[in-house]
Amino acid sequence: MKLLTHNMLTSKFMKGVVKGYPLGIVASEVKEVAVDYNPDFVCRMIPKLEWGSLCSAADSIGKLGDLPKELPENIESNQDFLKKVHHLLMEVEVISGNLICPETGRKFPINNGIPNMLLNEDEV
Amino acid sequence: MASVRRPEHQAPPEIFYNETEARKYTSNTRMIEIQLKMTERAVELLTLPEDTPCMILDLGCGSGLSGETLTEHGHNWVGLDISSSMLSVALEREVEGDLMLGDMGQGLSFRPGMFDGAVSISALQWLCNADKKSHVPAKRMFKFFSTLYSCLARGGRAAFQFYPENSQQVELITQQALKAGFTGGVVVDYPNSSKAKKVFLVLFVGGQQQLPRGLGTAPGEKGVPGHVQYTDVRQRIKAARGKPLKKSRDWILEKKERRRRQGKEVRPDSKYTGRKRKDKF
Repeated sequence: MKLLTHNMLTSKFMKGVVKGYPLGIVASEVKEVAVDYNPDFVCRMIPKLEWGSLCSAADSIGKLGDLPKELPENIESNQDFLKKVHHLLMEVEVISGNLICPETGRKFPINNGIPNMLLNEDEV
Repeated sequence: MASVRRPEHQAPPEIFYNETEARKYTSNTRMIEIQLKMTERAVELLTLPEDTPCMILDLGCGSGLSGETLTEHGHNWVGLDISSSMLSVALEREVEGDLMLGDMGQGLSFRPGMFDGAVSISALQWLCNADKKSHVPAKRMFKFFSTLYSCLARGGRAAFQFYPENSQQVELITQQALKAGFTGGVVVDYPNSSKAKKVFLVLFVGGQQQLPRGLGTAPGEKGVPGHVQYTDVRQRIKAARGKPLKKSRDWILEKKERRRRQGKEVRPDSKYTGRKRKDKF
């Protein structure tokens, strides 16, 4: 699972969860894969991201590096920054571990890089 | 199709799409070709902006065949499927998108406005079935459509190719989609061909838009490219002509011909066939 997907995921579809964001990550295996760099896509996605939760997610798997906690200005022209964000969003993959709902503590296991978001009948 | 039992009548999707079934999606070239064609059409129906890499949600992504088409178009995608066997095939194929195991009927777990569009190939009809005691199809569909509505960006579109079993299913699906806030409706490609007929549900977020026309329905447009045309025409001509008048020459000739085909002894046709006899005879 890429951190981009993690940034979009919530546990709001569970019964009784109000916000369900951001999901915590406990990773036992993290892999880095090479993905083609596309500055247009990264630029389009950055305004949609929750920057704070991206930073804390990256921090929790030890991949934050030297990224600033606050989103800098003039990101379009800052190629160096875009490349770092691209690496973090697209190339870092959590292979196994757990996603944790911040409100209920429910664990969503990640196996082979695929998070299991199936709910039990009583949680719908 | 009519003679084969529909897959959704056999078992729930997470059980039906087991390893053998999933394997077909990598080895069966005909299945692959059909899937690719339908995805191409679904992407066309999304009318995404040219040359802009978009974020697409692939619902019921299965082995990632549809996702590969999205990647070819330069888009990024996240795939959701309920069958872990299909997803492991997708992993083997090393698809570009991110995969997730989940049930559409339990709702989508994404933040609002994250996706520019959504496609789904041959998945929606599964929602019409109640596979567990607790399942209420209409409720599950509404939950699915309302969560999908929220996770699409404004101006986004969703294109679903699906195989409805009957008209009630189409009605149920469109009803729930419109109730969730979408506008749009059903687009049918090649409605007069039993083989090439494909049903798409095209949904818009925000604002009434013109529903695209199905392929093969425009006036002057003729049938499916690469398919034979004649059967339809021949029937129509025959219907216009009707049966020949009884006791007429045509009727006699036809009857003789019929009996000849049956292998009976028939006198040969001549210029006298069907003529009235002279009075004096």
